[in-house]
Amino acid sequence: MAEKPRIKLPKEAKKGEVIEIKTLIAHPMESGLRKDDAGALVPRKIINRFTCEFNGTLAFACELEPAIAANPYFQFTVRVEESGTFRFTWIDDDGTAITADESITVS
Amino acid sequence: MRALSRRTALALGLGTAAILAGVDRVCATPSEADEAIAKFAGGKKPEPGRIAIELPEIAENGTAVPLTVTVESPMTAADHITDVLVVADGNPNPRVATFSFTPMSGKAEVATRIRLNATENVIVVARTGDGRFLAARKEVKVTIGGCGG
Repeated sequence: MAEKPRIKLPKEAKKGEVIEIKTLIAHPMESGLRKDDAGALVPRKIINRFTCEFNGTLAFACELEPAIAANPYFQFTVRVEESGTFRFTWIDDDGTAITADESITVS
Repeated sequence: MRALSRRTALALGLGTAAILAGVDRVCATPSEADEAIAKFAGGKKPEPGRIAIELPEIAENGTAVPLTVTVESPMTAADHITDVLVVADGNPNPRVATFSFTPMSGKAEVATRIRLNATENVIVVARTGDGRFLAARKEVKVTIGGCGG
């Protein structure tokens, strides 16, 4: 899980612009339904929550179930009114939180 | 290359049937999907419309099916979509994801990749800021299931 999440968003935007954000994180999203070679169930281990905050305010969130494909990918939009920093957080079933920050200049 | 012998063909057919039967057993029943929706909507009946679901007609591989959901909404503080539930009625666990939007979202639109177990319906239910519910559904034909049953 050392791999850094991949995030794509514009570096600059106009005030009030609705920007598009794409995020991808490497994760097996083990559903808990799959069997290993010996026929034993592989225990569930997924990212169960993803959030995107802008300057500390929640902009977008998702509760994930095992039916989200491996390496969860999201594309969504945020309306930006001021320059600031996005904080992206992925929460694993084991309680680990993976975070990433990206800043944007709004003129 | 020789053509498949009758025996080989028969064995292949039986094998496929066995796999399909195995997958069937872990499927959710459509009523489980209805339950998930009823719980989300608090017993209210969702109205049809205002939701666009983009999914392939046929998904050859059910392990990562691209899905885009767009709900028509001005996304202002007074009138916006708050939550969107995605349900797949043939999956072992029908719930797929719940998205939360805010007026800051600008648009009630999200794209992701989902797992589908078999040919089934994907149902999207959206909650508006004033507590109404909208719903739409789309069928996807799945060639190879993606739930690892």
